[in-house]
Amino acid sequence: MIRPKQGRTALLFIAPSFIPLLMFFVIPMISAGVISFTEWDLLTPPRWVGLANFQELIHDQDFLLSLRNTLLFILGYLPLVLILGLSAALALDRKFRGSNALRAAYFLPVITSWVIVALLWKWILNPNGGLVNSLLAQIGIQGPGWWTSKSWSMASVIIPSAWKDMGYVMLLLLAGLQSIPPEYKEAAAIDGASKRQILLKITLPLLTPALFFVLVISLINNFQVFDQIWVMTQGGPEGSTSVVVQQIVKNSFDYGHMGYASAMSMVLFVIIMLITGIQLRLQKRWVNYE
Amino acid sequence: MNRKTNGFKLFPTIFGILLLFPFFWMVSSSLKNGVEAFATPPTLLPKHPTLENYRNVFQILDMPRLFLNSIAVSATVVFLQLSTSAFAGFAFARLNFRGKNAIFMVYLATMMIPFQVIIVPLFIEMRQLGLIDSYLGLGLPMMVSAFGVFLMRQAMLAIPRELEEAAIIDGAGSFRIFIAIALPLCIPSLAALAILSFMSVWNAYLWPLVIIFSPEKMTLPLALSNLHGENLTDWPMVMAATTLAVIPIAIVYLVLQRQITQSFLTAGLKG
Repeated sequence: MIRPKQGRTALLFIAPSFIPLLMFFVIPMISAGVISFTEWDLLTPPRWVGLANFQELIHDQDFLLSLRNTLLFILGYLPLVLILGLSAALALDRKFRGSNALRAAYFLPVITSWVIVALLWKWILNPNGGLVNSLLAQIGIQGPGWWTSKSWSMASVIIPSAWKDMGYVMLLLLAGLQSIPPEYKEAAAIDGASKRQILLKITLPLLTPALFFVLVISLINNFQVFDQIWVMTQGGPEGSTSVVVQQIVKNSFDYGHMGYASAMSMVLFVIIMLITGIQLRLQKRWVNYE
Repeated sequence: MNRKTNGFKLFPTIFGILLLFPFFWMVSSSLKNGVEAFATPPTLLPKHPTLENYRNVFQILDMPRLFLNSIAVSATVVFLQLSTSAFAGFAFARLNFRGKNAIFMVYLATMMIPFQVIIVPLFIEMRQLGLIDSYLGLGLPMMVSAFGVFLMRQAMLAIPRELEEAAIIDGAGSFRIFIAIALPLCIPSLAALAILSFMSVWNAYLWPLVIIFSPEKMTLPLALSNLHGENLTDWPMVMAATTLAVIPIAIVYLVLQRQITQSFLTAGLKG
């Protein structure tokens, strides 16, 4: 059946989302690119400065530090969340009494907001009277300053982040595990393969697409990390946990350097697009859906 | 054999208890007085349980107001996201028009734009529209979800053509088909989208932080984050506030646990 053109009807159906999409996504995205070539304090008209903002960025110690910190955060967070999430998924892959309740329990932190997670852990890691240091004191160890200490602040924000996201990683990996046909494992078991061999030679290799997918999603999300760090340390002490998004917020809303902050946004955008690009390229080779 | 299965269960259970312990500690701390909360050795359960911290929270924060704010903003945004996504999803799945693929590509492309990247121009735009420190300014950028459109298009593509054709023969127009056939068949996807968008709006922090200043307009996360000062933080009181904020979400989660995890899975695999 050849259907008539339904242009007018389609317009009515699409406009309610397309107009806001243009106003609040497309135009701001293009503006971010344009503003990054200007100097603009919102009080006087923007002034075109070409690549000056980007040239300044390369020498901006605060920005470079925030890039380094973001990478450091990811380097600490990723292995932790992947190992925890993978262990949980492997442990809960089989059904047993209480396995559903445990899955639900592992997932509870995922739906809790970052602000609550950050406040809760800030209290647990409080240097004086916090749970962790009090317990350490019981066995005669003087606990570190956690989020008040320059050398422990990064660990203090990584631990709650992995705690909150672990359940999500588990969920995605469980879906990956369940898509592995049970015949493979059964066949291997009949051939006399040990549990360990099955895990290393069958389960994990077949899980690599799911692991890769989780890795990419985590990378994309965590280059934009902000909420929990802002609540726990505000980027401190001494900039030891300042991250890229925080530099964007600080330069735009505190200093009124809209052009400079937009240049930072564009750098962040390029990083995320590169990761997405790598994913799209490798996805064809790694992942076979269904 | 039996021993092995027992051991297999022990590890995940202990791990689960450890994982949930911070929540237990939050509630326990919220019921302790200022002295006991900081005591060493720490007490697992409060020796002299008190509701003093909860009283303090209600004195410092207008909790009913904050809850209402968060509920109103979330409900409105969820409603807008669901309706705009369903309308557009229907057009892309069931209508025939020029430029369909090109327009859909625009939606797909915006799915890749990280919110953090456009926050500066978005703020400038809201400032020019005079919407700073207003719910319109807070909610407008969240009213459309390109992912939602994508999800609804997928759902509506799955509707059998015969159903649609039967309705056309009965003289139904596109709008009627949308309301009477497409929407009822897409309720599972709409529910998944509702859960996801509710979670993301309810927990949103960065955009409210940037756009809302007045305490009476704040959403729950924003007001909570303002509770603790640089040095002197009344932690038992903060824990009472976070406990209050977690309870409704935890109850919703207990009731809708299966649907919630399922929709997170949908978002993960398709987003």
